[in-house]
Amino acid sequence: MEKRVRVLVAKPGLDGHDRGAKVVARALRDGGFEVIYTGLRQTPEQIAEAALQEDVNVIALSLLSGAHNHLFPRIAELVREKGMTDVLMIGGGVIPDSDIPSLKAAGISEVFTPGTSTTTIIDYINANVK
Amino acid sequence: MNIADELLKGSRLALSRAITAVENEYDDAVDIMGKLYAHTGRAHVIGITGPPGSGKSTLTDKLAKEYRKQGKTVGIIAIDPTSPFTGGAILGDRIRMNDLTLDEGVFIRSMGTRGSLGGLSRKTAEAIKIMDASNKDIILVETVGVGQSEVDIVKTADTILVVLVPGMGDDIQAIKAGILEIGDVFAINKADHDGVDRLHTELEMMLDLNQEKTEWRPPVKRVIANRGEGISELTAAIEEQVAQSRESGNFVKRRTQRTKTELLAMLDEQVGRYVRKQLSESGNLDELVASIESRTQNPYAVVNNIMTSVLGHN
Repeated sequence: MEKRVRVLVAKPGLDGHDRGAKVVARALRDGGFEVIYTGLRQTPEQIAEAALQEDVNVIALSLLSGAHNHLFPRIAELVREKGMTDVLMIGGGVIPDSDIPSLKAAGISEVFTPGTSTTTIIDYINANVK
Repeated sequence: MNIADELLKGSRLALSRAITAVENEYDDAVDIMGKLYAHTGRAHVIGITGPPGSGKSTLTDKLAKEYRKQGKTVGIIAIDPTSPFTGGAILGDRIRMNDLTLDEGVFIRSMGTRGSLGGLSRKTAEAIKIMDASNKDIILVETVGVGQSEVDIVKTADTILVVLVPGMGDDIQAIKAGILEIGDVFAINKADHDGVDRLHTELEMMLDLNQEKTEWRPPVKRVIANRGEGISELTAAIEEQVAQSRESGNFVKRRTQRTKTELLAMLDEQVGRYVRKQLSESGNLDELVASIESRTQNPYAVVNNIMTSVLGHN
């Protein structure tokens, strides 16, 4: 089976905490995915464009600086504008439960908060990727 | 979306989807490639290889920026190893090229080796053609030169750039000979590190030994990629190599050889698939394997029989 699930692991904004993103990236690789990690301090425009060029199936956003309510929906909007309608968007980091419903309304399918096992994330992707 | 048509009109999304179609072997891949083929042949393809940690991605980023300064458009294919156990990969070259993401004259695609020996070089070749058809002037193909597949990939380039760094072992014999022999231009990166003079001398000595075999003497250029030093001298050396290659007729010869190799590889793959399909449909593959393992039959006779029955060959 030649198809591989391609995941963009991205850290938008000025957040410098990348350990979680790296742990998730490695776990996703071990789960059989191709993971493109673009590093720190990405703008929404950079993330959406990288997602397009790499034709990813999943965008996994990591944010611990509190800017998720602005950045996550902005990225979802840009991704839609570029014509990528099949991309599964997920998020993780320091995100209060009370913010999750509005993130979902903005196009983030699921948010994985601290303590989530990487297996849960892998299973979710496998179950929901298009 | 009609991928080929949209790509030729300039759609980046179509370009991206086309590469995915060939990578994943979708049904429309052959059709797409058939439509794009007439639009290929223009781009200058540069293969960049070297040991892990030699700074290839950083150098690729700097080369792309230099070409952009010259007004050229650039396609980049960055290849990273797929885990043979999990089938997954971290495609981490792009992280060194973040400045280029929003440059509309640059398109970067990361590819995993995906463990199929011949398949990778064919898919890379197709991704190159796709970028070529989208009008990129320069295509940089960056790959770790530690396996035969990777050697095959860079061999299809018009220019092969080998990147080395000082201090990676005592001498060049430690580095895979095949890569060194096919280099058209050598770059010693991290040239501010200890051991650079020694490496440079050893390289020149090795090139002296090869001198009788070729008309082109590969230049050795020192660069410090993360500081952007030596980059324009490197692109000048690459331009010189291309000029000499065109003058001597080598350029055309290499491309013709590439076309031939690709044709035969495509043929091999199709024939192989056809035979395997017939074999699996016949249902007696396991029996044949058991009879070979028990030495009741030998594999040479078995293959002959299969060839005769499937292809009518004798």
